[in-house]
Amino acid sequence: MTEADAGFVVFDRVQKSYDGETLVVKDLNLSIGKGEFLTMLGPSGSGKTTCLMMLAGFESATHGEILLDGHPINNIPPHKRGIGMVFQNYALFPHMTVAENLAFPLEVRKIGKSEREAKVKRALEMVQMGAFGGRRPAQLSGGQQQRIALARALVFEPELVLMDEPLGALDKQLREHMQFEITRLAHSLGITTVYVTHDQTEALTMSDRVAVFDDGRIQQLAPPDLLYEAPENSFVAQFIGENNTLEGTVENITDGVAVVRLDDGELIDAKPVNVSKPGERTLVSIRPERVEIDKSRLSPGVHTVHAEVLEFIYMGDIYRTRLRVAGNEDFVIKTRNAPDQRRLRPGEHIEIGWLPEDCRALDA
Amino acid sequence: MELPPYATLGQRIWHYGFKLLCGLIFFFLIAPILVIIPLSFNAENFFTFTPGMLALDADAYSLKHYQDFFTNPDWQQALRNSLRIAPVATLLAVSLGTLAAIGLSQPHVPFRRAIMAILISPMIVPLIISAAGMYFFYSDIRLQGTYLGVVLAHAALGIPFVIITVTATLVGFDHSLTRASASLGADPVTTFFKVQMPLILPGVISGALFAFITSFDEVVVVLFVGSANQQTLPWQMFTGLREQISPTILAVATLLVVISIALLTMVEVLRRRSEKLRGMSPG
Repeated sequence: MTEADAGFVVFDRVQKSYDGETLVVKDLNLSIGKGEFLTMLGPSGSGKTTCLMMLAGFESATHGEILLDGHPINNIPPHKRGIGMVFQNYALFPHMTVAENLAFPLEVRKIGKSEREAKVKRALEMVQMGAFGGRRPAQLSGGQQQRIALARALVFEPELVLMDEPLGALDKQLREHMQFEITRLAHSLGITTVYVTHDQTEALTMSDRVAVFDDGRIQQLAPPDLLYEAPENSFVAQFIGENNTLEGTVENITDGVAVVRLDDGELIDAKPVNVSKPGERTLVSIRPERVEIDKSRLSPGVHTVHAEVLEFIYMGDIYRTRLRVAGNEDFVIKTRNAPDQRRLRPGEHIEIGWLPEDCRALDA
Repeated sequence: MELPPYATLGQRIWHYGFKLLCGLIFFFLIAPILVIIPLSFNAENFFTFTPGMLALDADAYSLKHYQDFFTNPDWQQALRNSLRIAPVATLLAVSLGTLAAIGLSQPHVPFRRAIMAILISPMIVPLIISAAGMYFFYSDIRLQGTYLGVVLAHAALGIPFVIITVTATLVGFDHSLTRASASLGADPVTTFFKVQMPLILPGVISGALFAFITSFDEVVVVLFVGSANQQTLPWQMFTGLREQISPTILAVATLLVVISIALLTMVEVLRRRSEKLRGMSPG
């Protein structure tokens, strides 16, 4: 990587081990652009929080280098990094008022009183908490504390803000509202944001790019739509969104379409992602909403599979139907609740199919 | 606690018996302390209630023992010595004890439990043993019989109290606050004084009060480690009891009781404040 196209934040071959034996983070290479909203998504223990803590300076990298704006920061203590941070439990100082909390980073930077007050006021208004300066954190609701924590991380105008599962403690409605508010603020202020979460919906709706972590490695780094529609391996396919998998063996690959023989002998079409030659075992993955039950809408000559309807659930905007396909009893399809849509009945036998590019043949 | 309407006879007996027992224990604890208060106003130079006192005759009471305490140069010197030793010993105990408690609350410190046990041992080891040990040790390093020696000895006795009270407050301390402070640009020293100290202050102050009372009331160690120049109030009371048996001792004792009650009230007020602050911390 040359100096010119280096990112604002760069992890260069970073490794982390707590006990000197097992690596929690294995060979992490990641470049985050200026102004980008990047989410680290993964199950707990996948190394995502460790990466964030290394960037904040609360953990040190065992190997490799972390660069901020081109400068290595491994040997810079956290308080000199100038990185804003929002903590999972907000970490507001309980003995200070809201305004004092916000003024704290400005005071340590020796900013004059009048300028300080103006900045605190502006930051509070930015999160629509202008009237709450005199309150103490304990007198605020969870959502309000969250806004104050956000304002405090932004008040000293850092170029990089880290967020460690900041919405985990809020209820669903508030969480969705705050997701929108955080992305709006991050983009309007042009700050670079690294966001850690285990909630995939949050990752998909908020981010410019998502890094999916598992087992100390980035499994895939992609914008949300690519991540959902074009997962590169079966972990990502399973982890992001709902997903159906079928096991089989590659029969042949021609013109970018792989024919896969499922374990019960049926043939299906799939897009080869990480299979390359006939005879390989594969796990094919199809999203529930990309399965077609109306044969007339499939292109002629495409393979279809036999399915038996096991369960039909009415969910309002969609129908969710569970099928038995090639021995898999958890094959779910979602169909939109439209006037012309068929409601399938348990026990019914149907033929299902899909576009070859919606069905991805991944590693077994 | 009220008796439920379905209580059996046995339960009723136990209920009232228990109340009586508690009252007796309370009396046993408090009577020796309370009885010296009226005695200290005795007009005679005796340690007993005179017939006049029992008849509530105003002439049988006087403030002469208090007057003696405030005018007698021996007592005044003892008071001055106590006031010179206790605050300095307290300051030392608080600074060292607080730092030790914070250090020992970090999970990565090796041998935390062993270190904690050693630091707290002056509270557990019989005082006479500590005192004898200090006497020989301080003699070797020429601290025996010096002001500094007594201050250091009293600080060592006070540190366990500070460690225990500060450790207790640190249990409720949210360590992400120090990380938050660092992320906001505060160096560790600023973080300590602006974020950690205000939140653990109640623990620090109650530890300080205990350390102060320990030094102010202590007689065994000062007898060993001190010399005539460090004769403190308790020491003066001790010699007073052996040599002249003056009721001035009772006046001093009453004053010490009043001071102790005042200090303990302060502890209680602080404990309530600390509870309020902890209720405020999120999560």
